[in-house]
Amino acid sequence: MMLQAIFLYFAAVIVGSSFMVIVMRNPVHSVLWLLLMFFHVAGLFVLVQAEFLAAVQIIVYAGAILVLYLFVIMLLNVEKERMRRAAHTGWLFYALIGLLVLIELCVLIGRSHFNGTVGPFTVERVATEGNSQLIGQVLYTDFLFPFEIASVILLVAMVGAIVLAKKKLLR
Amino acid sequence: MVPVSWYVILSAVVFGIGVIGVLTRRNMLIVLMSIELIFNAANINLVAFSHYLQSLNGQVFVFFVITVAAAEAAIGLAILVCLFRNKETVEVDDVSIMKG
Repeated sequence: MMLQAIFLYFAAVIVGSSFMVIVMRNPVHSVLWLLLMFFHVAGLFVLVQAEFLAAVQIIVYAGAILVLYLFVIMLLNVEKERMRRAAHTGWLFYALIGLLVLIELCVLIGRSHFNGTVGPFTVERVATEGNSQLIGQVLYTDFLFPFEIASVILLVAMVGAIVLAKKKLLR
Repeated sequence: MVPVSWYVILSAVVFGIGVIGVLTRRNMLIVLMSIELIFNAANINLVAFSHYLQSLNGQVFVFFVITVAAAEAAIGLAILVCLFRNKETVEVDDVSIMKG
C-alpha cells in the first residue's frame, strides 16, 4: 500500500512536469521542469532496486546533459524568441496525432499480458550482493562488446561536437 | 507490490507527451528536450521489466541508452549552435531549404 502511494506520487509529478516541459514558452523554465522530472524518475528507479541507475540518472542527466542545455540557452539569444509563437500553426492537429499514438499505446497495454522467463537476480540477492556490484559483473562479462561500442560512440560524439561547434578554420 | 502494468502505462504517457512535444513545438531546444522525455519513458519501461523479470539486462540497456542520450544531446546542441551562427534562428520552421 505504501509502495503504491509512493509510486503514484512519483508518477503524478513525472507526468505533470513532463507536460510542463512541452508547454512552457521560455526554454529555461522547460529545463527546470525537466530537472524535476529527472529527479522523480531517479526516485522511481530507487523504488525498483536500481540504485546505480538512479545515481547515474542524477549525475549524467541532471548534472551533465541539463547543464549542457542551459549553456546553449545562455549562448543563444533567448529573449528574442519569446516574442514569437511557441507552437506550429496547425499545432492542434499534430497534438491530436500524438494523442492518438498515446491512446493506441494504452489500448495495446490494456490488452496484453506481461510475463516471461524469470532470471537469476532475485530481490533478496540484489539486496545482499548490491545492485552496483551485480551490474558491474553483468556489464563486464555479458555486455563487454556493447560497452566498448558505447565508448566509441562517446568518442565520435565528442569529436563531432568539437568539429561542429568550432569556428571556421583559417584556410 | 506495484503492478508492472502501472509502470508501462506511466511510460506510455510520458512517451506520448514527448511525441506531442516533438510534433508541436517550434523551438528546436524544446524538441530536443522532448526527445529526452522519450528516452526517459523507454528507461522507465526497461528498469521496471528488469525488476519484475529479475534480470539485470534491462538495467545495462538503460546504461547504454543514457550513453547514447548524452552523445545525442552533445551532437544536437552542437548542430543547434552551428545553425544559430549561420541563420540566426533556432526555430524548425525557418530551416526548410531541403523541403523543395
